[in-house]
Amino acid sequence: MTSELLDQEYILERNDLQKLFDVLSKSGYRIIGPSVRDGAIVYDDLSSADDLPAGWTDEQDGGTYRLKKRNDQALFGYNVGPHSWKKFLFPPRTRLWQADRGAGTTEISEESPDTQKMAFIGVRSCDLHAIAVQDRVFIQPNVVNTSYQARRQQTFIVAVNCGQAGGTCFCVSMNTGPKATAGFDLALTEILEGERHYFVVEAGTEAGLAVIEQVPHTSAGPAEKTAAETVVSAAASQMGRQMDTTDIKDLLYRNYRNPRWENVASRCLTCANCTLVCPTCFCSTVEDVTSLKGDHAERWQRWDSCFTMDFSYIHGGSVRASAKARYRQWMTHKLATWIDQFGTSGCVGCGRCITWCPVAIDLTEEVRAIRESEGLPAEGREDHHGDT
Amino acid sequence: METLRPILAQHPFFRDLEERHLELIVGCASNVRFNAGDFIFRHGEEANEFYLIREGMVSLEMFVTGRGAVKVQTMSEGEVLGWSWLVPPYRWMFDAHATELTRAIALDGKCLRNKSEQDHDLGYQLLKRFATVVQENLDAARLQILNIYEVNA
Amino acid sequence: MPEETVSVAVSGPMTPVFCHVLRTRQETRDTFTIELEPPPGVRPFAYAPGQFNMLYAFGAGEVPISISGDPGRPQSLVHTVREVGAVTRAMRALKRGDVLGVRGPFGSSWPVEEAAGRDVVIVAGGIGLAPLRPALYSILANRDRYGRVVLAYGTRTPDDILFRKELEGWRARLDMSVHVTVDRAVASWRGSVGFVTTIIPRARFDPRDALVMVCGPEAMMQFTTLELQNRGVGIDQIYVSTERNMKCAIGFCGHCQLGPTFVCKDGPIFRYDQIQRFFEIREI
Repeated sequence: MTSELLDQEYILERNDLQKLFDVLSKSGYRIIGPSVRDGAIVYDDLSSADDLPAGWTDEQDGGTYRLKKRNDQALFGYNVGPHSWKKFLFPPRTRLWQADRGAGTTEISEESPDTQKMAFIGVRSCDLHAIAVQDRVFIQPNVVNTSYQARRQQTFIVAVNCGQAGGTCFCVSMNTGPKATAGFDLALTEILEGERHYFVVEAGTEAGLAVIEQVPHTSAGPAEKTAAETVVSAAASQMGRQMDTTDIKDLLYRNYRNPRWENVASRCLTCANCTLVCPTCFCSTVEDVTSLKGDHAERWQRWDSCFTMDFSYIHGGSVRASAKARYRQWMTHKLATWIDQFGTSGCVGCGRCITWCPVAIDLTEEVRAIRESEGLPAEGREDHHGDT
Repeated sequence: METLRPILAQHPFFRDLEERHLELIVGCASNVRFNAGDFIFRHGEEANEFYLIREGMVSLEMFVTGRGAVKVQTMSEGEVLGWSWLVPPYRWMFDAHATELTRAIALDGKCLRNKSEQDHDLGYQLLKRFATVVQENLDAARLQILNIYEVNA
Repeated sequence: MPEETVSVAVSGPMTPVFCHVLRTRQETRDTFTIELEPPPGVRPFAYAPGQFNMLYAFGAGEVPISISGDPGRPQSLVHTVREVGAVTRAMRALKRGDVLGVRGPFGSSWPVEEAAGRDVVIVAGGIGLAPLRPALYSILANRDRYGRVVLAYGTRTPDDILFRKELEGWRARLDMSVHVTVDRAVASWRGSVGFVTTIIPRARFDPRDALVMVCGPEAMMQFTTLELQNRGVGIDQIYVSTERNMKCAIGFCGHCQLGPTFVCKDGPIFRYDQIQRFFEIREI
């Protein structure tokens, strides 16, 4: 019976969206979703549906991000901004434990797990895949990041199917969108037709069903379902970028010494923006701090980036001292070694690294360049018979 | 490679070599060029050649984590690069890296080994010359280890 | 002086357990050995040779250190540490009764079981002897299970030789051969002078079947594996212990990656054929 209900699609009118918010906040969820701030659409706490970026869209390209007004009042008429949901599931700074040393005793106490439930509004398909990718990193058979797992289990996800593709998007190449197919409690497709403004809603879980039951809704008719499909296929046809993933792991494994890395290195500033905006980057570091008296110590976990010199430091120096080595590490990890480590690509085609790179390095272009260079003669030898 | 014959004949390494031996060697020779930054060979690779450097500079180096590529020796015009082709199992111990545009004559080691097995006089001439190269390099390396400039040894 | 009491029963893998220091001993100018009582509630502290702990000096920080003791004597947890920074300096200052935080043991181990019935060659460079010592203890504890046992140990100078007394004791045994060499001698040194790889051609072992364990600076391990191959040892017979920056030691933080492997959990000990393709790339 439930699976039939899960197969159905519903209509939620735009003006009833606030009621969805109300149901969630009454159930104790902290509601987080897109909002305009500082010239970008970021993910932040929402106090009501009015906080959504109605009538805004974004224009994105290599190293470029601008907001622009739309000629309609769409609430989700843009793509992804500099934030991703990892900001909430895997926060940039968390304390792991505290320790106190008194007269003859040393005591340590771990941080209690976060109990605040979160509801994410407007999760794009690429980001759903990114969350699944991080799940594989933090929830492994032999070891689990328990605070990540706790937050994850308490999160309610309202996905949104993209109605247009961004200038740097390539989810189609990565098989991660634009349609949300799994990992959500509810998925909305926004439709604006003349006077009508509504959402076609799918429930992905029992919890999603339970929420939609409490909000005014009707069943979706064939015309409305078709409208939703049209919206999604429009997005699929507009992709700004494309990545050829054929044999990509072995391609990169063969090309650790390709001169293209020097080429990228001459552009890369090692600013680490890409790792900050990437929804799957998971590297972290540990900070051990102490009070001045030395009797109280804490350990904090903080986001880190493989682009820093410290990242690979061992006595004597960093293993990856050159920018070339650090860029190569990031890209080969994301697209190749990740597959051996976790069974999937680390890239979900969201395009953020391309948009937020100050010098517009585009990893789809880098992969293309490496692929193309395989047809050319090997470095080094040029035999000049007859040359003196 | 006929056009290489006069070059080989004049190269200090092959001075005083008999005509017939020069003839055999020319057959294993080719002209090569490396751009600055190219690797000529790498640690662990099969060693099947040696090089007479005509112009430019090659550095023999080993990459050490934290220190980067440490140069142990450089070779330039008139010098010989590579003797691992002579001794089994024919494997390079170090990296050789062209630090400038370098032109050299590459001698095919497999080719020369075969010819030396058939003509032992040729083999002897080559080994004599290489023994000198190895001895000079070994003495130089020992002097480097002595750390002669160290004030407080 | 009453011992500090420590509280137990903390469970997260990122939380150290505090252990009492039993003793510290200076080994060489910059290297010392610190012995700890195993964590209360975790006795015996079982580990395999080659594994490491994350050691936390209160308020100073945490570093990965290989266990250098005897796995057959779990009453004390031994680590040999080179003083290179703030944390190791803080560790050097600890005295009996002080506490040190311990997380572990982590990582893969030397293939002591796999070596049964074969010649075993141990090649150590510098402080690399410390992570190999537990393997040697395990092998000598069951000596009749193995063929020839060879130890080749090289350091920079005679003053850098670790565990001198033990080395002399091993050399006195009739059932193993011990070769020690230095790069640079002083006048009083009567032993071999030459890089540790020069021992390999002189040592007696069957290259077709021997199992070789190598630990030392990366460049030393690269030259050693090449020299071993030159002598007919296959790369599937050689095991190396790698080192990378570590923060979590449990495979989450990403720092210790070497190609597709996480050195903290897939390593630090690898069979050479399994990482050669990545290991030999500069700055990987």
